[in-house]
Amino acid sequence: MIPLSWYLIVSALLFSIGLFGLLARRNAVAMLMAVELMLNAVNINLVAFWRYQTPEAPAGLAWAVFVLTIAAAEAAVGLALIISVYRRRDSVIAEELDTLKF
Amino acid sequence: MTNEVLQNWQFIFIFVALSPIFPAAPVILNRLLGPQKPNAIKQQTYECGIETVGDTWIQFKVQYYIYALIFVVFDIEAVFLFPIAAAWGLLGLFAVFEVALFIIILAVGLYYAWNRGALEWF
Amino acid sequence: MFAAPTLNLWVITPLIILTVWAIILMFIDLFIPAGKKQWTGWLTLVGLIPALALTLMQWGQTGGAFIAEGGQPMVVVDNFATFLNTLYLLTGILAVFISVSYIRDAGLERGEYYFLMLFSIVGMMLMGMANDLILIFLALELLSIPLYILSGFDTGSDTSEESALKYFLLGAFSSAFFLFGIALTYGATGTTSLPVILDTISLDDPLALAALGMLLVGFAFKVGAVPFHMWTPDVYEGAPTSVVAFMSIGAKVAGFAALMRVLGQGFPMWGELWQPAIVVISALTMIVGNFAAVRQQNIKRMLAYSGIANAGYILIGVAASATDPEAISASLYYMLAYLFTNIGAFAVVIAVEKLDGQKGLLVEDYKGLAKRHLLLSLALAYFMFSLVGIPLTGGFTAKFYVFGAGVTAGLYWLVVIGAITSVVSAFYYLRPVLYAFMYEGPAVARVSRGLMFVLVVAVFATLVFGIFPGPWYELASQATFGNVATFVAGG
Repeated sequence: MIPLSWYLIVSALLFSIGLFGLLARRNAVAMLMAVELMLNAVNINLVAFWRYQTPEAPAGLAWAVFVLTIAAAEAAVGLALIISVYRRRDSVIAEELDTLKF
Repeated sequence: MTNEVLQNWQFIFIFVALSPIFPAAPVILNRLLGPQKPNAIKQQTYECGIETVGDTWIQFKVQYYIYALIFVVFDIEAVFLFPIAAAWGLLGLFAVFEVALFIIILAVGLYYAWNRGALEWF
Repeated sequence: MFAAPTLNLWVITPLIILTVWAIILMFIDLFIPAGKKQWTGWLTLVGLIPALALTLMQWGQTGGAFIAEGGQPMVVVDNFATFLNTLYLLTGILAVFISVSYIRDAGLERGEYYFLMLFSIVGMMLMGMANDLILIFLALELLSIPLYILSGFDTGSDTSEESALKYFLLGAFSSAFFLFGIALTYGATGTTSLPVILDTISLDDPLALAALGMLLVGFAFKVGAVPFHMWTPDVYEGAPTSVVAFMSIGAKVAGFAALMRVLGQGFPMWGELWQPAIVVISALTMIVGNFAAVRQQNIKRMLAYSGIANAGYILIGVAASATDPEAISASLYYMLAYLFTNIGAFAVVIAVEKLDGQKGLLVEDYKGLAKRHLLLSLALAYFMFSLVGIPLTGGFTAKFYVFGAGVTAGLYWLVVIGAITSVVSAFYYLRPVLYAFMYEGPAVARVSRGLMFVLVVAVFATLVFGIFPGPWYELASQATFGNVATFVAGG
C-alpha cells in the first residue's frame, strides 16, 4: 500500500500552492480558487488519516463532507461579493481595490 | 515497499500504454478506408451545429450566477443525504427526524430565495 | 449497530431558540413592507431576550450534548460558556438598539441584517460551547460568513464592498490554516474531541506541534492579534458602523473563547510551550496596536487599532493561564468591561457620523461637539478614559486585574509593556475628547432613542465596573471550565 507520508506530502504541497496563490495572485477570483485548494488539501489529510489511523471510526470521512459543505457556502458568499465589486468597478484586481488605504 | 508500489501501478502503466490505440485506431482506419471528398461545408468547425454569430467570448448574464447559488442548496442536500441513504437500514427512527429537520431547514432557505425573486429570469 | 447519541437538548436551548427564531423571522420579514423593517429589528429581541434569560438560568450548571456511545460530548455548557454566552447576547441586544435607527438613516434598511446577526450570534455562542475542534470550525464559519455579508451590507458604497471582500479573503485564508491544524491534530491523536486530545497527545510528536502552531495562527487572525491584524483597520473603516460595533466585540470575544478552551482543555500540559508564543503575540499586539493608532485620523480606524491593542491586553491573561488556570478570569472580566466601553464608544461615533457619504468620521469632526451636545461629549470622554484605563472606569479595573494576573504568573516585562503602551494610548484616545471640549467647530450629532438607551446602559455599566468591580470579578472567576468527568456521565 502507498505509505501515508505520500498523501501528507501531496496535501502539504497543495496547501502551499494554495497559500502561494493567495499571496501572489492579484485577481480576487484566483484568490478564491487558491483558498479552495487549501481547503481541499485539508480534505486529503482528513481522509488519509482516517484510512491509515482510525479506519474503524468514520469521523475523518464525515468531517471531510462537512469541510466540503463549508467550502461551498464560503465560495457562494465569496463569489457574490466578487460579482458585487465587479459590477461597481469593472475590476476584481486586488491592487485596484485601494479605497481603504491612506 | 517500492516494489509493492510498482505492483500497484503496473496496471496503470499498461493502461497508459494501451489507451492511445483506442482513439487513434478509428481516426487512422477512417483515413485509410473512407472516401476523401472534402468541400467547404465539411471543413467548417461546427459541421453539425449552428454557425456562431458575433464574438464567442461573451459574458453570461449575471442571473445565471443566482441559479448557481441556489444549486448549492441542493448540492449540499445530496452530499449529506447520500451517506444517510446508504446506511438507512441501520439508522432507524432517529435518522428520520434528523433528515426531516435538515430538509425543512433547506426548504425554508429555498422558499426564501424563491420569494425574494431569485428564481425569476429577467 | 448504530445507537442514537444522547442528545441532552437542554444544553443548547438558547441556541435552538435563536436559530428557530431567526428562521421564523426570515418568514415574517417577507411580509413586512419595505420602510417598516425596523419591526424586524425589534422582533429580533423576541428571540434574544428569552435566550438571555435561559442562558442566565444555565449559570452554575454543567452538562454535555450530543454524546455518542462511549464518547465525549460535542457541545458542553459550563460556567465558562454561560458567562461568554451572556456577553454575546448582551452585545446582540445592544447592537439591535444601535442598528435600528442607524441602518434606516443610512438607507440600508433590509430585513436580512437582523437574522444574519442572529445566525452570527449562534455561531459565537457555539464557539465557546464546542468541545470538539471540528465543531469549533463549524461555529467559526457560522459566525464569520454572516459577518462577511454584513460588512458588505452597504452595497451602495465602495468602501463597504471592498472591506467585505478583504474580510472574506483573509477570513477564508485563516480558516484554512485553522482547518489544517485540526487535520494535523486528528492525525496526531486520531480524534478531534478536546478531552480525548488531552488524554492521547504525546508531547514529542512533531505533528501535534505543527497542529498547535496552525491552530494558533487561525485564532490570532480571528482575534486580530499582530502579525495577523492587517484586515482589522480596513474592515472596520469600510463596514457599516453598527456592524463594526457588533463584530468588534462579538467576533473578538468568540475567538478568545475558543482559543481559551482549546489551550485550556485540549493542550494545558503544553503550557510551557505555547506560553512564550502567546507572550510574544501579546507584546507585539499591544505595541503595534497602540503605536499605529496614534497616527490615525479616521476614528473608526483608530478604534480598530484600539481593538487590536485590547486583544493584546486580553492575551496577557491567556498567557498567564499557562501556569495558573485561574488567570483566565482576568481576561473574562476584561472582555466584560470592554464590551460596554467599546459599544458605548461606537454609539458616540454613530451619533456624530453623518450618513451622506463618509463624513463625520474624522477626529477633527469632533471639534466643538461639547458646545452643542454636552452630555454626549461627556459620555465620549468617559468611554475614552475607560479605554485608556483611568481610575473609576471599567477599563481601569479590567487592566488592573489583567496586569495582576500577569504579575502573579511572573510575566513582569509583559506587564511593563502593557503599562507603557497604556500611557501611549492616552495620546490618541484623548484627542477626540480634546477636540470636542477645547476647540470651536461645527460638530453636530443626532441621538436617536435606541442610541440613547445604549449610551445610558454603557455609561452605567462602565461606572459600576469601575467602582464595584469585586462581585463581577467574582462571577468571572467562577466561570471556569466544567469537569470532564461529568460530561461523560451526560450531566
